[in-house]
Amino acid sequence: MHHYADEISIVFGGAAGQGVQTIADALVKVLKRNGYYVFACTEFMSRIRGGSNSTEVRITGKERKAYVRGIDVLVALNAEAVDHLEERIGEATLVFAEKDHVEGKEIKNFIDTPFAAFAKQAGSPVFSNTVAVGVVLGLLGISLDAFLAYLSVQFASKGEEVVAKNVKAAKLGHDFGTETAARNRIQVTIKPADTSPDELLIDGNTALGIGTVAAGCSFISSYPMSPGTGLLTFLARRADDFDIIVDQAEDEISAINAALGASYAGARAIVSTSGGGFALMEEGISLAGVTEVPVVVHIGQRPGPATGLPTRTEQGDLNLSLYAGHGDFSRVILAPGSFVQAIELVQRAFNLADKYQTTVFVLTDQFFLDSVASVMKSEIVRLPVERHIIRTDRDYKRYRLTKNGLSPRGVPGYGDGIVKTDSHEHDESGHLTENFGVRRKMVHKRLQRLEQLSREALLPERFGPAKAGSLVICWGSNRGVLEEALERLKRKDLAGLHFSQLYPLSPEISGMLDAKNVIVLENNATGQFADLLNRDAGVRVSRKILKATGEPFSVEEVVEALQERQHE
Amino acid sequence: MNNMTANPFDMQGKDINWCPGCGNYKLLDAVKDAFYELDLDRRNLVIVSGIGQAAKLPQYVNANMFNGLHGRALPVAMGVKLANRNLVVIAESGDGCMYGEGGNHFLHAVRRNYDITVIVHDNMVYGLTKGQASPTSRMGMETSLQFNGVMLEPFNPVAVSLALNAPFIARASAGDGEKTKAIIKEAISFKGCSIVDIFQPCVIFNKINTYQWFRENTYYLPDDYDPTDRKLAFEKAIETEKLPLGVIYRHEGRELYEDLLCITHIPSYEHEISEKAFEKMLEEYR
Repeated sequence: MHHYADEISIVFGGAAGQGVQTIADALVKVLKRNGYYVFACTEFMSRIRGGSNSTEVRITGKERKAYVRGIDVLVALNAEAVDHLEERIGEATLVFAEKDHVEGKEIKNFIDTPFAAFAKQAGSPVFSNTVAVGVVLGLLGISLDAFLAYLSVQFASKGEEVVAKNVKAAKLGHDFGTETAARNRIQVTIKPADTSPDELLIDGNTALGIGTVAAGCSFISSYPMSPGTGLLTFLARRADDFDIIVDQAEDEISAINAALGASYAGARAIVSTSGGGFALMEEGISLAGVTEVPVVVHIGQRPGPATGLPTRTEQGDLNLSLYAGHGDFSRVILAPGSFVQAIELVQRAFNLADKYQTTVFVLTDQFFLDSVASVMKSEIVRLPVERHIIRTDRDYKRYRLTKNGLSPRGVPGYGDGIVKTDSHEHDESGHLTENFGVRRKMVHKRLQRLEQLSREALLPERFGPAKAGSLVICWGSNRGVLEEALERLKRKDLAGLHFSQLYPLSPEISGMLDAKNVIVLENNATGQFADLLNRDAGVRVSRKILKATGEPFSVEEVVEALQERQHE
Repeated sequence: MNNMTANPFDMQGKDINWCPGCGNYKLLDAVKDAFYELDLDRRNLVIVSGIGQAAKLPQYVNANMFNGLHGRALPVAMGVKLANRNLVVIAESGDGCMYGEGGNHFLHAVRRNYDITVIVHDNMVYGLTKGQASPTSRMGMETSLQFNGVMLEPFNPVAVSLALNAPFIARASAGDGEKTKAIIKEAISFKGCSIVDIFQPCVIFNKINTYQWFRENTYYLPDDYDPTDRKLAFEKAIETEKLPLGVIYRHEGRELYEDLLCITHIPSYEHEISEKAFEKMLEEYR
């Protein structure tokens, strides 16, 4: 007897090119149409074909945004998938696989599933992915209607025969899944959500892309690098609809300099990369600092150093963005904790960059970017586009000294003035100078805005009990996992705090960090944010929960880590 | 020279950082006069440069300027041009900046072919860092770093540009102001990525490639030279005995990057979000 009343985790495992992603994409769409809360995340190897990849699809009675380690149902498309996921297969895991894929392995709940035979029966081995989706839907007791509708749209261009064969494959799988559930007394009674017609299904890249378009971005130049490429691809696909200039740069150095050129001329410009690519952009960040040209930098983090684990996840580039570029100047670092927040934060990033003529970083990671979840359309926030560009007059000086350090920003070709910008230390008109007095004023001018930025900084969001002796701090993509872990723990002495702005920190945060124990949860090896909290807010961190294996934290793992503490 | 009327591109009272006798002065005059004679509007002219003595040129011109980083003039220039294609964009720097530090950008600027004019002050030596070899230094030249003389084959910007099918390639000599000005005017008027390599003596660190040396080792292409013949241009590009001056290659066959990207003439500071497209995009994720 297997009964899933609140949630179920289904994992598809196979080699690259076998269609793991295709199956998961189809399944989440069908589940969403049936009104379920779904969350999917993916882990894959850095290769085009072969290896072992997997995608986890969670169906939950409540909205969830986190990875769980435990597998309720595993669909293994090859023998390696079983080995690859061995540690996550438990006593209760139902394993659907071909018999020869589990030979010699001890699996308690193995269900011999003839994917290939069904596919052949439907017309060709290529239909085995469709069979797999059918099996899962049968097992879940979900009708085939939405999947059949999906298939007819998906394969419409390939003709009626292909659609018909897919339908047959789906039905064979579905019947098998239904029979298996009955025979093994498998019951799934998760209630669909109160299905809102408002629901959209997106991944992290799409969330960033929607935010970038909503911000009125008109320029991206970038060099492909996982996992930063997704945003570049998104904007390229939307370039015509939104008049966005998309340039695939010859290298990251070119990308950042092109973005600064475009921004100087009045565009809202972004670059998207990963840590290794960003390392090449650093001189450009310094250039943005001295020239006060606004730019938004998206870093999709993955484990370093150097090439590291190209397709895996980590939060290891906070220090890189915090300290990037030679010399002293201002910057802002944001890190969204959900897709809805990402859409808003990207717009905020552009507004801050323009208002404060500075670099704004948006830090995400592979886990965040490749995850799929639903967002409510009504929750999508649109911020006004605030450009802060003026029409210049004949006497315009780009770096005019003002009380707050911000000079009115002109762009070439708009007004009667000329706009001179310079990587050297410069005077108010933008011409190079070695005058020490001017230098002193300009250094102050460029740093002065940090104080205003910190006053305008986003405050962290607290969850869990209002008064608690221990506070667990996370940032960026770890919000979902911490929230769920705290809910599972149900402890009155444990609350969570999520930071979506990492730098500069608001002066108000010291009042929010009054717990006896401050625990920081980070997906990196050294606790980079814990160090920053100590440096800038004087926070004494009592414990760090860190992980730098290349995998995201699982809910179970965070629960265990926080339980350990209780026993001490 | 337009001595009769004030050139609106002149900067008044600016302390110029170049050495007395530097070829850059002649180049500065040629460039400013070219702008004036082409009747360019200084409000719509942007000069982008990198780092080096040559890269200081826009500091001394009354027009928009982006004086960026060493080697990075071209990516910045591209960003400016694509963000507002109504602007006239000039990228100006030395041989070390354009062909050394920025070599990769040079290759890809020519490949993209956006409408800018690339002016390279080619003095075959590093001035600002005090006398080391540049990518175009002649073999055998002893320098402050190459004590046994330059060992490497010089970079040939004309041949490289030709290999990439640059639509406009010219070479000038700063010592000859009038002809240099005429070549720059032609390059700016040309629609596409125009490359102008200009020999410019460094009177401090290059005692070999002097005004006299350039006079003796160059010649102007004859009037009947056909600059549209790419094979012939290659022959000229690899000549070493005497170096040809003038427009070596020009052809109209390449589309602009701006046009390939379907960039409108609306400058990007006026960019607006299509709300209809935004709504339609969101609906795709149902």
